Amino acid sequence: MCLGIPGKIVDTYEENDVQMGKVDFGGVFKRVCLAHTPQAQVGQFVIVHVGFALQVIDEEEAKHVFAFLNGMNELEELHVGETERASET
Amino acid sequence: MSHAMKYQEEYRDAAAAKKLQQAIAAATTRPWTIMEICGGQTHTIVKYGIDELLPPEIELVHGPGCPVCVTPLELIDKGIEIASRPDVIFCSFGDMLRVPGSRRDLFAIKALGADVRIVYSPLDCLKIARQNPGKTVVFFAVGFETTAPANAMAVWQAKRLGITNFAVLVSHVLVPPAMTAILSSPNNRVQGFLAAGHVCTVVGYEEYEPLAQRFNIPIVVTGFEPLDLLEGVYRCVLMLEKGRKGVDNQYSRVVRRAGNEHARKLLDEVFEIADRKWRGIGTIPQSGYRLRPEFEAFDAERRFAVDRLEVLESDACISGLILQGVKKPHQCPAFGTLCTPEHPLGATMVSSEGACAAYFNYGRFRSGQDKRQLQPA
Repeated sequence: MCLGIPGKIVDTYEENDVQMGKVDFGGVFKRVCLAHTPQAQVGQFVIVHVGFALQVIDEEEAKHVFAFLNGMNELEELHVGETERASET
Repeated sequence: MSHAMKYQEEYRDAAAAKKLQQAIAAATTRPWTIMEICGGQTHTIVKYGIDELLPPEIELVHGPGCPVCVTPLELIDKGIEIASRPDVIFCSFGDMLRVPGSRRDLFAIKALGADVRIVYSPLDCLKIARQNPGKTVVFFAVGFETTAPANAMAVWQAKRLGITNFAVLVSHVLVPPAMTAILSSPNNRVQGFLAAGHVCTVVGYEEYEPLAQRFNIPIVVTGFEPLDLLEGVYRCVLMLEKGRKGVDNQYSRVVRRAGNEHARKLLDEVFEIADRKWRGIGTIPQSGYRLRPEFEAFDAERRFAVDRLEVLESDACISGLILQGVKKPHQCPAFGTLCTPEHPLGATMVSSEGACAAYFNYGRFRSGQDKRQLQPA
């Protein structure tokens, strides 16, 4: 099973000496083991697989594909501008 | 991005997908065959029709990234035998219940009265074990590297807390040896890989670098949402077009080169690497995990001596060819007729990560989906 779902940590606690969290998956709350992400804080998002957080989601890295696509927008506008100028001559 | 990210819907945006589709088409000048490893990625591709968005030169081939599908039939039969015992509570994730064994499946014996339970997390088994001291809780620990840390934690906790009525039936397989086996095959057509994003979240991608060098291929660590798959294909095509080999990380919002050090440390403590048999493929050396000697007491195969089982594979099932990317589900004569999710002949039709299940559930019945056949001469 490779399915990992992003969820937001809303609470953390210890159970049997293991770090656990209460995670919000768009309104559905589940217990998640945070033993592999000890640095995770309330308010951060984690990727969860079979009740375990695999990693904290890096917000900056998450935006890069959208920055790339915005860059494509700018290239398109440049290209359109050139075509319009060419048709005017 | 004006709103706070939730990390799901944003990666399903249709306008963004169209842009990536155009970028891929613009970059592609010749045919390429790319394999995605993980069954979860196969499902996204089929569900959103990602392969149909690609230019006809690009062929996406589905790999053996379905741990349920590659679990040997002998082990499934063993699990069913153990689960049938009155002193056992047998636990697994949901999709194992309908995987056909030689004669029946876990669901059938559950209907006959066996105590078979679906769990959300392997840790749930420890609770059940404590609540049922007179029984042995056996967990079917199936998965790739992604699931291994959770299973390792359950065993590690059980030992630490002195929970002795707990055992695991281990069927853990590793991705890099499977990639090596595919690339080493004389019939191999795969020129680039989309590596499994959550496997790499756990173990990182350092191990893929020598693989990429040895076989001269690009490997792009890729996520699971539509935009992830499209961006992964785009980055792979760019590398292929430029003749570049090596590892690129598309899924950088969760994958680091060294993976998750806490998870890796626990894995190393509980498991060691061993040879493993992959259903439909055969034995791949050093391709799986087994419990280390210190945790042997929790190994269900040791605890439960099962009589020599006669294993019966279905004649009609071509799961092995599907898992190696040699055939696609709709090319199987039994697909959709003899073999459906309700009465599956093999694991690829049952598992939530199986290619046949994906094709069936998202209506891919006709071979007209293969665009290469539609290219004018």
